[in-house]
Amino acid sequence: MADERKLAYVMAFNEAVKQQMEADPNVFCAGEDIGAFGGVFGTFGGLQAKFGADRVVDTPISEQAIVGLGVGAAVTGLRPIVDLMFMDFICVALDQIVNQAAKLKYMFGGDAVLPLTITTAGGGGLSAAAQHSQSLEALLCHIPGLKVVMPSNPYDMKGLMTACIQENNPTVMIKHKRLLGMTGHVPEESYSIPLGKGNILRPGKDVTIVAYARMANEALIAADELAKDGIDCEIIDPRTLQPLDTDLIVSSVKKTNHAVVVHEAVRFGGLGGEIASQIQELAFDYLDAPVTRIGAPFSPVPFSPALEQHYIPDSKTIVQGIRDVMARV
Amino acid sequence: MDLPVHVQLDLHRRMVRIRLFEEAAGRLAESNRLPGFLHLYVGEEAVAAGVCGALNDDDHITSTHRGHGHLVAKGGDFNRMMAELMGKATGYCKGKGGSMHISDTSLGMLGANGIVGAGSPIAVGAAFANRYRGRGQVAVAFFGDGSTNIGAFHEAANMACALHLPIVFACENNEYGEFTPRDKTMAITDIVDRAAGYGMPGVIVDGMDVIAVHEAAVEAVERARTGGGPSLIEAKTYRFYNHHGVQNLGLKYRSDDEVAMWKQRDPIFTLEDRMIENKAATRDQFDAIWAELRAGIEAAIAFADESPYPTPDQIMVGVYTSMSGAN
Ligand SMILES: Cc1ncc(C[n+]2csc(CCOP(=O)(O)OP(=O)(O)O)c2C)c(N)n1
Ligand SMILES: [Mg+2]
Repeated sequence: MADERKLAYVMAFNEAVKQQMEADPNVFCAGEDIGAFGGVFGTFGGLQAKFGADRVVDTPISEQAIVGLGVGAAVTGLRPIVDLMFMDFICVALDQIVNQAAKLKYMFGGDAVLPLTITTAGGGGLSAAAQHSQSLEALLCHIPGLKVVMPSNPYDMKGLMTACIQENNPTVMIKHKRLLGMTGHVPEESYSIPLGKGNILRPGKDVTIVAYARMANEALIAADELAKDGIDCEIIDPRTLQPLDTDLIVSSVKKTNHAVVVHEAVRFGGLGGEIASQIQELAFDYLDAPVTRIGAPFSPVPFSPALEQHYIPDSKTIVQGIRDVMARV
Repeated sequence: MDLPVHVQLDLHRRMVRIRLFEEAAGRLAESNRLPGFLHLYVGEEAVAAGVCGALNDDDHITSTHRGHGHLVAKGGDFNRMMAELMGKATGYCKGKGGSMHISDTSLGMLGANGIVGAGSPIAVGAAFANRYRGRGQVAVAFFGDGSTNIGAFHEAANMACALHLPIVFACENNEYGEFTPRDKTMAITDIVDRAAGYGMPGVIVDGMDVIAVHEAAVEAVERARTGGGPSLIEAKTYRFYNHHGVQNLGLKYRSDDEVAMWKQRDPIFTLEDRMIENKAATRDQFDAIWAELRAGIEAAIAFADESPYPTPDQIMVGVYTSMSGAN
């Protein structure tokens, strides 16, 4: 469709926020440099000019208080979007995220409602070194009470961000820094993608690749490459990691009998382990080979491009991983 | 102007070394020869130079994302710094850290830091260890105005005072945190106001005047060394370039006039003018110093250029002291 409306990933985020702010006066945003400056990645560009400084708030460098602001405002009836510039900085705010936001509802006997969205940017590939490149999603997915979202393209970004804002539980929306400029079809009207619903990015019959965020795009490249060898990959992008669309993953594996899970995060203790376990528990009899995990080695993200390019998985690593799995048959 | 001429020349040399290193790094970044983020220290040289000039080699400092100046002022080696910025195996961190994590523990420089505020608690730990060992060393935490909005700073300041540790909190107040002016993120004008809340003395100094910074630092370091506990120094200063990168004019969050006003107060030229006026040094002498140090920078760039990149087998090296148990 030549006349499809195209938008960059970063602007898909921006448009979702803008439309939800228009629709609901209780929605406000707070974070470092997001007001006059529009956010260091441009994610909040133009929003303060449109909605004013009371609804798009420049905060001090105070991650703990930023999330706390969101928790307190959410539990008293507003619908906050609070931004933690880089995902690495969630560590500064972990008490508010893990002990407060995630648990208040439960600890209060189910009464409290926390329509809170925490937004941040993860992932490497920019030589930003060990404190500005991490993929810490497994940490968050381990916490009951949180929902965790990692879109791989502009369309999903808008729909998932809209869903996060409308959601009545704390959600963490993780943008991938290397996808900010990615363009794709994004409808102008508001729409939402249900949290917990994965997506078949590419149908196939020989092997299931479960991949999210930037790795879903690398998997697409790998699948084209493998198609030349007659290996037909099905790519499942869970989109939401918590809750995880296990049904979609398992039904795909029952069809292909092979599964490879890919993420940028370190392999040990990553989401890949959880997904592989779910697959073997629910589809053991269908597997022709062990489920394979592709992820980063167990080290911090190195600075030098000469190291980082070997550290982060890419389409080539995925191609190799899938060849290995298929060779086991 | 009581400072001996050789001390003034030492402070000058530290500042020129920083300036030359940073300008060179800026030029390399502009031609895309440096990967990653680059936070330049140009304009703030008097703070690192004035404070580090008051320290012994075995004293400790913690730094920030804007950390090259601190390492240079503590005696950092141009070759290894430049190589690190380029991500080479011969760099200070073997290419693993880059600009934001540059460090030299043998010089007591405990690392630039990518996490705002994170250095101050670490300086408290170094100060604790220094007193514990009883060798009379002190620790200095360098930090920005913006970082005093984060809990880590407050916890560090309070603990240092509660434990009466040998530490100096050295604030570079350049009036901005990234792209947001200080007055939007705190209701006080002077960071030094925070000192009283923890029970330590604090002074404001002109951060463009290296002599003023140095004199305040000597007093605070002496206090720390002799068991007088923590102090806070607020240096009013300015970064000539953007938060990161090399743009200096046409920025939407600050005016070109403001930049020009501060550049008139350039800490290096101010000192040179004053020393020449006081007949403490001559223009020729300064020209020779610049030329000598510039040659060192050119050599460092060549060294870094010729150095190899780390090989992929180095990725897993240095995560732990031994490799066993790594996955
Ligand atoms: C915990 C944390 N929050 C946010 C950032 C992003 N950040 C990097 S530098 C900076 C501004 C720091 O301001 P200041 O302390 O005044 O130092 P300056 O850059 O002015 O030297 C911010 C917000 C970060 N690195 N770490
Ligand atoms: Mg500042």
